Amino acid sequence: MALKMVKGSIDRMFDKNLQDLVRGIRNHKEDEAKYISQCIDEIKQELKQDNIAVKANAVCKLTYLQMLGYDISWAAFNIIEVMSASKFTFKRIGYLAASQCFHEGTDVIMLTTNQIRKDLSSPNQYDTGVALTGLSCFVTPDLARDLANDIMTLMSHTKPYIRKKAVLIMYKVFLKYPESLRPAFPRLKEKLEDPDPGVQSAAVNVICELARRNPKNYLSLAPLFFKLMTSSTNNWVLIKIIKLFGALTPLEPRLGKKLIEPLTNLIHSTSAMSLLYECVNTVIAVLISLSSGMPNHSASIQLCVQKLRILIEDSDQNLKYLGLLAMSKILKTHPKSVQSHKDLILQCLDDKDESIRLRALDLLYGMVSKKNLMEIVKKLMIHVDKAEGTTYRDELLTKIIDICSQSNYQYITNFEWYISILVELTRLEGTRHGHLIAAQMLDVAIRVKAIRRFAVSQMATLLDNAHLIASNAQRNGICEVLYAAAWICGEFSEHLEEANQTLEAMLRPKVTTLPGHIQAVYVQNMVKLYASILQQKEQAGEKEAAQEITQLMIERLPQFVQSADLEVQERASCILQLIKYIQKLQIKEVPVAEEVIALFAGELNPVAPKAQKKVPVPEGLDLDAWINEPPSDSESEDEKPKTIFHEEEQRHSRHRQPEIDEEELARRREARKQEQANNPFYIKSSPSPQKRYQDTPGVEHIPVVQIDLSVPLKVPGMPMSDQYVKLEEERRHKQKLEKDKKKKKQKKEKRGKHHRHNSLHTESEEDIAPAHHVDIITEEMPENALPSDEDDKDPNDPYKALDIDLDKPLADSEKLPVQRHRNVETLKSPDSEAPLVEKKIKKPKKKEKKHKDKERDKGKKKEKEKKVVEEEEEKEKKGEDLDFWLSTAPAPAPTPQPQSEPGMDTAVVAESQEVKKEVREEQDEEEEDEGRKSSKHKKKKHKKEKEEKSKDKKKSKKKSHHSEEEPPESVQNGTLEDEPLPPMSSYCLLAENPYIKMTYDIQGNLQNDSQVTVSIIFENKSTSFLKSMELNVLDSLNTKMLRPEGSSVHDGIPVPFQLPPGISNEAQFVFTLQSIVMAQKLKGTLSFIVKNDEGSTHEKLDFKLHFSCASYLITTPCYSDAFAKLLESGDLHMSSIKVDGISISFQHLLAKICFHHHFSVVERVDSCASMYSRSIQGHHVCLLVKKGENSVSIDGKCNDSTLLSNLLDEMKETLSKC
Amino acid sequence: MINAILVFNNHGKPRLVRFYQHLAEEVQQQIIRDTFHLVLKRDDHICNFLECGSLFGGSDYKLIYRHYATLYFVFCVDSSESELGILDLIQVFVETLDKCFENVCELDLIFHMDKEMVIGGMVLETNMNEIVAQVEAQGKLEKAEGGLSAAPSRAVSAVKNINLPEIPRNINIGDINIKVPNLSQFM
Repeated sequence: MALKMVKGSIDRMFDKNLQDLVRGIRNHKEDEAKYISQCIDEIKQELKQDNIAVKANAVCKLTYLQMLGYDISWAAFNIIEVMSASKFTFKRIGYLAASQCFHEGTDVIMLTTNQIRKDLSSPNQYDTGVALTGLSCFVTPDLARDLANDIMTLMSHTKPYIRKKAVLIMYKVFLKYPESLRPAFPRLKEKLEDPDPGVQSAAVNVICELARRNPKNYLSLAPLFFKLMTSSTNNWVLIKIIKLFGALTPLEPRLGKKLIEPLTNLIHSTSAMSLLYECVNTVIAVLISLSSGMPNHSASIQLCVQKLRILIEDSDQNLKYLGLLAMSKILKTHPKSVQSHKDLILQCLDDKDESIRLRALDLLYGMVSKKNLMEIVKKLMIHVDKAEGTTYRDELLTKIIDICSQSNYQYITNFEWYISILVELTRLEGTRHGHLIAAQMLDVAIRVKAIRRFAVSQMATLLDNAHLIASNAQRNGICEVLYAAAWICGEFSEHLEEANQTLEAMLRPKVTTLPGHIQAVYVQNMVKLYASILQQKEQAGEKEAAQEITQLMIERLPQFVQSADLEVQERASCILQLIKYIQKLQIKEVPVAEEVIALFAGELNPVAPKAQKKVPVPEGLDLDAWINEPPSDSESEDEKPKTIFHEEEQRHSRHRQPEIDEEELARRREARKQEQANNPFYIKSSPSPQKRYQDTPGVEHIPVVQIDLSVPLKVPGMPMSDQYVKLEEERRHKQKLEKDKKKKKQKKEKRGKHHRHNSLHTESEEDIAPAHHVDIITEEMPENALPSDEDDKDPNDPYKALDIDLDKPLADSEKLPVQRHRNVETLKSPDSEAPLVEKKIKKPKKKEKKHKDKERDKGKKKEKEKKVVEEEEEKEKKGEDLDFWLSTAPAPAPTPQPQSEPGMDTAVVAESQEVKKEVREEQDEEEEDEGRKSSKHKKKKHKKEKEEKSKDKKKSKKKSHHSEEEPPESVQNGTLEDEPLPPMSSYCLLAENPYIKMTYDIQGNLQNDSQVTVSIIFENKSTSFLKSMELNVLDSLNTKMLRPEGSSVHDGIPVPFQLPPGISNEAQFVFTLQSIVMAQKLKGTLSFIVKNDEGSTHEKLDFKLHFSCASYLITTPCYSDAFAKLLESGDLHMSSIKVDGISISFQHLLAKICFHHHFSVVERVDSCASMYSRSIQGHHVCLLVKKGENSVSIDGKCNDSTLLSNLLDEMKETLSKC
Repeated sequence: MINAILVFNNHGKPRLVRFYQHLAEEVQQQIIRDTFHLVLKRDDHICNFLECGSLFGGSDYKLIYRHYATLYFVFCVDSSESELGILDLIQVFVETLDKCFENVCELDLIFHMDKEMVIGGMVLETNMNEIVAQVEAQGKLEKAEGGLSAAPSRAVSAVKNINLPEIPRNINIGDINIKVPNLSQFM
């Protein structure tokens, strides 16, 4: 026995190791497969040994072979053996092999659970690491469920090396076991602020990956990421976050608004191209999401486009490529900004790199306009010629067609030009896209009626020259165009000038070499042609000519009858018989043309591809209902089987064809015919009204510009489409001259009103009238077509399961399963947290709770409320928190903002800031000129946008002043539909010096009865850079600033941004209060560093923060009956004031109270209104406002008399200013 | 997410194959072949991105590759990765390989090196020093255990004896100039 073992190990010394294997494979280049199969046999022998080192060596070799494409799943069990070796060297090999070949289908994988758990809790960090890495590749739902808790524990491991691996593997666990997401999420979130940058980066990575799939669930993390973005210096993390923001902004445009500035700063400051590129990308995403709300971001767009231009002009092909890629994103929403770089894009078409050329092509697709289509296509055609013999040429071809046909041929002004482009494209040999060109020809000819005559003439020429196109028909894809040509000539044969010649062309023997489906179309359409020639000849009385043409058909058709293609054969023989019959009639001198032509009467209109899907189910039609009565019970004779049968019957009823007798069928057929006759959407055999309409004076009723048909199909030396380009240019020029003439006349009349505009006249889109009136027949759709149904998401999407609300607090049932094994190893974890399994799970819950407590330390009573309510509240609060973070202006309560203003909701901040500037900017405004836009440098431009905005506002203001005398109407909640109100800002000045101006607004927080938030807008008035701003206040007993944990009451709070010159930004500070019945003032200081060319200086600005009582009120709507009950309850104290000398209208007065004092109107009758509001601590405040002549009296009721009297005093002050 | 990391030589022979989603061996080899043919056609002075939706069956995927001397390093990534970022990552990878190439068996290194950088398709570490430190620590651990085989030097020489052409020393990616590592010991 011992001898055997010794012998065995000596043998083993001659085993190949991995290196031998590699060398062996290299030395056996000719018979590699044979050599490898020999090696595999050896490996199989080695795996049978008991020695673990031998096994590991064998597995190592297998891993290499797997990489070369050999299946090694048969060794799965041996791999597990090696994984469970105690030596790291072997373990590592085992896990490597497992990660290469294990997957969900590997059945032995379930044996690994305990081994992996043991390795995860190994004292050696590399054992743990190797297990984690392996797990990331082969985790299954079972493994994920069983190990989720262990991995989560590792997220708090003492070693960052393990922490970051655990964090990343959690993502894989979430994917396989979605239930783990919610319990693990709090800890994952914690890791975003891990001291180790690697762990932080891993957490960002995972959350970004999660958020990308289900962005809406992660919106609430936006503030946290925002903070990371402004603080992190790791470009890798920044890129991830910025990419994530790109995914979030479409869901929350307000977020985008907040992002623009820091991103713009980054774009200006970063030197890393990768970061710059991602910033530009996200700014683009923001602009796209904002494009509906805020049109004024041209400065940002310009910045992006400029930076991208720099990328595209770079010599580095990668940057060029990415620049073009990003450019195409801008193109979708801001085509104008991209169009100005047309030159650059066209240059890229010459690039040697095909990917870049394709990108440029994509861009061109979006850049075309009516004005430049012909020019761009001309350039592309030149490239088509150059690109002979490449697949790139096919790409060009499809692009040309795409560009021209996009949005229903929107940009084509001259279809003759387009047809000739298509004809030119038929000259391309060896293209795969003949069918595309054919489809276009058909589509244009069918849908653009006015072009048919021209199209038919071109197609006739094509048919005549078919030998050029179809030189080697079977291999050449371009012969597909003959399909279109034949159909067009047949269908619209009335436009054909030399029908005889075309018919002969179609009957040439050469045609039989064409593919079958094309021949079939030839055969069918030559009959159409024949029919129309017949009619023509008969009408002209040329009987002989008519007989000749019949004879020609009879002579030539047999070649098709002999065709090997069934379709061709069938059609040809059918038609041959028909024509023989016609010949008989002709010999009897019977006029037949009318009857023959009737074969092809009626017009074929295009039907929309979705038409069938969109036919609505008529009301009252139940498709699942029985058409006939189900077989009645009485028919069945046996009682017992009947019931069984009956049940069965019902189950299968839908598939069963009901038996119907002949009579019934006949009756139904009749009914259907009747129905069809009355149905305008059923294509009938009789000529449709449309057709008749067209048959009468032909197409002459369509205003067609005389087509110069003398332009020959081929002009030597010059492609035909160029002729059209020339013609078109001339036409446009003429048009322009005419227009200019007209304009000059107008100018004379109007006297210099537009002189600047006219002198700088450029052709705009609208100026180009199409060459002829084109009526594109739209595709037919059934009546009452259903609205297009969005494509449902793939139900198998693995990420769908992760669409989980993460803001809801954890329920008790939501725990990660913990296996309580007798296995002792589970408890021997190296880190302190592992031992108590139960404790671990509770931890995140506890955190959640702590969080809650912190947020409302006063409301302890509320905690006793029912759990459900709490959950709801929590959810709401989280949502509100985000809203709060995002909204940098008063909440969009029913405040009296003018309804007429566009983009109101999203523009709240900007507005409130701008209103302040209004006065200052008024002077500049006089000089404002719309034409100077582009030459101004960026800063000025920014300002200008704002000015334009405030201008709008001013207009509305002026209007409102005029309308003051209008009789007031009954209004609800202070919203006035028909009377625009002056804009109001709740921001008032806090302090100001030559460097900085601060304005502020205070908002109560409904969810927290002892907190208010002060939003301060910092505006840099200087030309220096302001940084390191820190705000501090002297707390009073009652009111304290909420400082971050760990800082003392004397510490200031840093303002989370820096201010470049002329920029303003907003920051929020939370204050806690005890009593809210009195107004209070807090002294404070803002310290900051002014940095300019001369150096930097420390500056300070003192201020007094005034907390009015109104700032503790929250606009709360109230119904009139609830209001009446409240007044009746009698718990309220009463007080009243009267203010004289009021001149503003009652509406405005109410609006002011609503806006500045946070009330809402409950009811209004004539010049009397009741109003309501609620304080953050739940005081009800009711007002009755009466307007007399020049005076207003306000009676108030409130739970607290001090609060009421203070509120009324404040109101008095506001009103006395009116 | 990174979907796959492929390293193969100028003849399309795989040197490192790592897929982060399970695919059958034949499919993997097919992808390697297709990828090889795609990148082979491209000369060194055109861009390093390739759209290859069809290759992996997802429209979102992109190939980002670099070609160093005789080796192609190809990363297949989806839209959540920054293109330029991945290019830098490949650079880090190659430089790390270069740094770690002493006294350790080559194949072993190739097999395990990527695991310190990318895990389950997600980037684990981008700091080269950290990666090198972890790889070396694990190498030491193995050494302490006596290693797998007794004759590593013989094997290394077996793979070293291959002539490499001259390598361009400086390649400009975006804004950074990177020294192209010497790969002569490698491959």
